[in-house]
Amino acid sequence: MTHPRPTTGAPAAGNQDSRPAPSRPQPTEGVPPTPLALTPPPTLHAHLTTHLAGAARAWLDQALEEAAANPGTHGPISVWELRLAEAGRRCGSEYADAARVLILHAARADTDAVTRVYFQGTGAERRAVLHALPHLVPGPDALPLIEDALRTNDTGLLAAAVGPYAARHLDPHQWRHAVLKCLFTGVSVSAVADLEGRARADAELARMLGDYAAERTAAGRPVPEDLYRVLALTESGSTPPPHGSAHPHGKES
Amino acid sequence: MRIFDPHIHTTSRTTDDYEAMHAAGVRAVVEPSFWLGQPRTSPATFFDYFDSLLGWEPFRAAQYGIAHHCTLALNPKEANDPRCLPVLDELPRYLVKDQVVAVGEIGYDSMTPAEDTALAAQLQLAADHELPALVHTPHRDKAAGLRRTLDVVRESALPPDRVLVDHLNETTVKEAKDSGCWLGFSVYPDTKMDEERMVAILRAYGPEQVLVNSAADWGRSDPLKTRGVGDLMLAEGFSEDEVDRVLWRNPVAFYGLSGRLNLDVAATDATHEGNSILRGGA
Repeated sequence: MTHPRPTTGAPAAGNQDSRPAPSRPQPTEGVPPTPLALTPPPTLHAHLTTHLAGAARAWLDQALEEAAANPGTHGPISVWELRLAEAGRRCGSEYADAARVLILHAARADTDAVTRVYFQGTGAERRAVLHALPHLVPGPDALPLIEDALRTNDTGLLAAAVGPYAARHLDPHQWRHAVLKCLFTGVSVSAVADLEGRARADAELARMLGDYAAERTAAGRPVPEDLYRVLALTESGSTPPPHGSAHPHGKES
Repeated sequence: MRIFDPHIHTTSRTTDDYEAMHAAGVRAVVEPSFWLGQPRTSPATFFDYFDSLLGWEPFRAAQYGIAHHCTLALNPKEANDPRCLPVLDELPRYLVKDQVVAVGEIGYDSMTPAEDTALAAQLQLAADHELPALVHTPHRDKAAGLRRTLDVVRESALPPDRVLVDHLNETTVKEAKDSGCWLGFSVYPDTKMDEERMVAILRAYGPEQVLVNSAADWGRSDPLKTRGVGDLMLAEGFSEDEVDRVLWRNPVAFYGLSGRLNLDVAATDATHEGNSILRGGA
């Protein structure tokens, strides 16, 4: 009998609603110690250079040179877009996100290009595009990609969508719903960029969190720990939350 | 018992099925693109389907500890609808994706000229993209369909040892084996193969290059039929090594021809990639 991945299957009983339980992310080797979306590309490149094996490193270096030399759109599919597609099998899935961010950066992908490769991409490619947005698109033009990812239930896409690009550009209503969706789907709010800054004194977010906690409690279900963490952040500003329902402590089970 | 189901349409299956499959030993699946029961009428619906096979379905499978890859193609049934033919022009941009481990299901349904064209064109696409091909043999007029299929394979740029001919049975197994192709068998509750006949074929022809699948989809089918075959093989005197060969090593060897098979479920688990965020943001 072989059980190669005993922990990744079999959703835990009592999972919120009936959604699949995402495995709790564990720290792993091979990822840089800062978020992809916040790591300057040269630092990311240096990190990959030290971690990738020879053939993968050579492939990446050539892919980046090609992308830098031939950015933009050429023919039905540009060379750098092909490299973006095959980065997983060339670099290994552990390093694929970082490699793809670097390729997008080397190709100086603009809003049109990132939009195209996002909508023509696999889940993994879409995630990489979301990570790359803060490096590539200064204004809010790529927000439709964030909004698309936030409509999915793929926790990898959700976690990537609530990065610094969303923190910078997402309007308050959508941002609050993104935070709530993290709580619903089990994405750690640690993934939410500038959580403290945007949650501070957000009375509407506090109300939504309180209502969600009350709903969970009324159903006899546990309230996600992360909810209290965000709730505390909303209370760290000058404006107090409007309702007493924002304090469901002691009714967690 | 570790099981690789080399042909299952998990898009049509529930999370209960994924849970039961994992409990039965299934750790990897390949989902071939096929038709969905309801005919499609435009290429765009295929692209949404392909995107689902490349994003959402691997995510779902990973939640249950199962590695998910796919094969992409325009299936023979819908290749007969001219409205769907533009899918062939867009396939190249999909065939470069990491999780695509073969071109498929291609082959014959009603053996029409349109199906001839689509089969030949997609065997060429497989050769161009250094992918093997999963070739469905027709349900009706199967023996004649297999011969015509093998003729087209022989005329193609793809060598037979990079072709899996599927849905074989007693009437087609010998000719398929003589061709040098890989041999696929679908075990169904009522049609195609059943466990007893499957074991008899394994006894008669050996486990070499044989793949057993559930082909479970939206019709009456059972995603645990692979396990049923493994159990019966053991009960009938096959060794654990022979079971492992048929239910794991053979599919790994065939789809491994793509160079894209990644059986590390943790690595395909979408939340894994959240680590880079979590570590910095905490």
